[in-house]
Amino acid sequence: MSEVTTEPTGVIHDIGYQRYAGPRLGRRHLFGALYVHGLRAAFGLGRSAKAKIFPWFVIGVVTLVAVVAPELISRDLGTGVLPLYFSRPLRRSDYALARLAAVVTAVFLLLGGPQLVMFAGNAFGEDKMSGVWDEFTSLLPGLAYAAMWALVYGSIAALIASLTGKRAFGAGGIVAVFLVSAPVVGVLSVVGAAEVAGLASPTTIVRGTGEWLFLKELEPRDGGQGLGIGDFGPLYGAVAVVLVTTCVLLLLARYRRVAR
Amino acid sequence: MTLLATRALTKRYNGGVTALDDLTVSVRPGIVGLVGANGAGKSTLIKILLGLLPPTSGEARVLGLDPLTQGPEVRARIGYMPEHDCLPPGLSAAELVTHLGRMSGLPRTAARERASEALRHVGLYEERYRQVGGYSTGMKQRVKLAQALVHDPDLLLLDEPTNGLDPAGRDAMLNLIARIGTEFGISVVVCSHLLGEVERICDALVAIDGGKLLRAADLTEMTTVTDVLVIEVSEGTDELAAKLTDLGLAVRREGRVLLIELASDATYDRILTAVAELDLPLHRIDQRRHRVAELFATEPSGPAGPSGPPREEAAHV
Repeated sequence: MSEVTTEPTGVIHDIGYQRYAGPRLGRRHLFGALYVHGLRAAFGLGRSAKAKIFPWFVIGVVTLVAVVAPELISRDLGTGVLPLYFSRPLRRSDYALARLAAVVTAVFLLLGGPQLVMFAGNAFGEDKMSGVWDEFTSLLPGLAYAAMWALVYGSIAALIASLTGKRAFGAGGIVAVFLVSAPVVGVLSVVGAAEVAGLASPTTIVRGTGEWLFLKELEPRDGGQGLGIGDFGPLYGAVAVVLVTTCVLLLLARYRRVAR
Repeated sequence: MTLLATRALTKRYNGGVTALDDLTVSVRPGIVGLVGANGAGKSTLIKILLGLLPPTSGEARVLGLDPLTQGPEVRARIGYMPEHDCLPPGLSAAELVTHLGRMSGLPRTAARERASEALRHVGLYEERYRQVGGYSTGMKQRVKLAQALVHDPDLLLLDEPTNGLDPAGRDAMLNLIARIGTEFGISVVVCSHLLGEVERICDALVAIDGGKLLRAADLTEMTTVTDVLVIEVSEGTDELAAKLTDLGLAVRREGRVLLIELASDATYDRILTAVAELDLPLHRIDQRRHRVAELFATEPSGPAGPSGPPREEAAHV
């Protein structure tokens, strides 16, 4: 707590062992205390700041892509409107890429928008131009990280949504891929190979890549309590690139055939 | 000038289904009826003409362009009305048609203006601001037609435009198509499995069956076709046929009915007299409304030799 470099000032008084004579609560209270603890933990209360925010962050992004991608992509498949598009000069690949770009941009706006607002607020608060510049340079990694989330989540969600014409199935599939893959990481990291276990889930792939690229900028206060990816950062980065590329290529392949 | 032409066009799907088989046909501008039973290859032909489907062999030309290599150019000049339901329910007709106009390359304001125009032409006025999901089938068909018209195409490809419409709606839709073909000066290809329905408005007819050309004909050349009477008796069909032949009538047997050329009103009397003399139970006697159906059924068909469906389709109209 306080500084202990000088001579000890605190004294431990021996006050003897105190017996407890207060009330001892029953089963109902034990249950209640455990329940409240669980409930608080579910919302990240009583845990680190990062643990408080991260689930909301993931849930927010997953929810957004699970709503947006099926809305843009599955619905067109389901209503059969695609022939109306493809009987026009619009190219199939352009349709797919425009839809993908819209999904990615929507995620990016969700993540990057608040950062831009904060940047604007901080920048106007600065006295000197150099201060504004400092704010700007600290904004860039944040935006880059947001773009990474947007690309990975957006392209996976777009691909899944393009496989079904039913919005509910699309949303369910997207949530399943993102949330079900998360426990796999946990299992793998216990079984062994903890450093590469994160490659099993898109969420941890993005986090791993982020830690590799922006560790200093992203986690200045949290004491580097990250995934523990070791020296495998470049691998995470490469997997992220391969993942996005694969999703985009599969999406284009899907739209070469669909709704002929 | 040729509106569209195919040469030895063949399409085989991966599953081994042959949708089009060595189809060679050439059509002049105007209103063209493309007739065939379900599965005859009409929709496949349309998709090849739109450049959405590559043919297995042979070639097609639309408006002088090759849809395979010049797909976007071809599609910029074609309006396509699909057969099935294709309208997203959550949009208003005005929004949808405007959006699709922009997808055809119209600028924003032009797309909005032309969308209103097109919807007005098909008979949708204030309703166009309501959500398409609440439209009747007839209104949906009109929206589908409007979206095909919005970018002022040179050719409309209409796949079963009267699908799901009641008789009054069918007539209205066909009149609308006839107007588009004549007043607007836009060539139209109307697909239908009901020959009698489209013959009324068409300048030319193309009949296909099993992916082969059954017959292509210019209807302006078919003005001399005589009407036909259909007679059905519950029994004694053969005796009646013999009797009528003796009376000097040209009788043709088609299943359980007899077809007799209607030369004059006296033909009715002679038939009725014959039936009465033989004391046969007359089931029905009526005049075929659709001369072209008759023509298509009696003319020698293409090299394949027609199998049942188109004839039945033609006959049941």
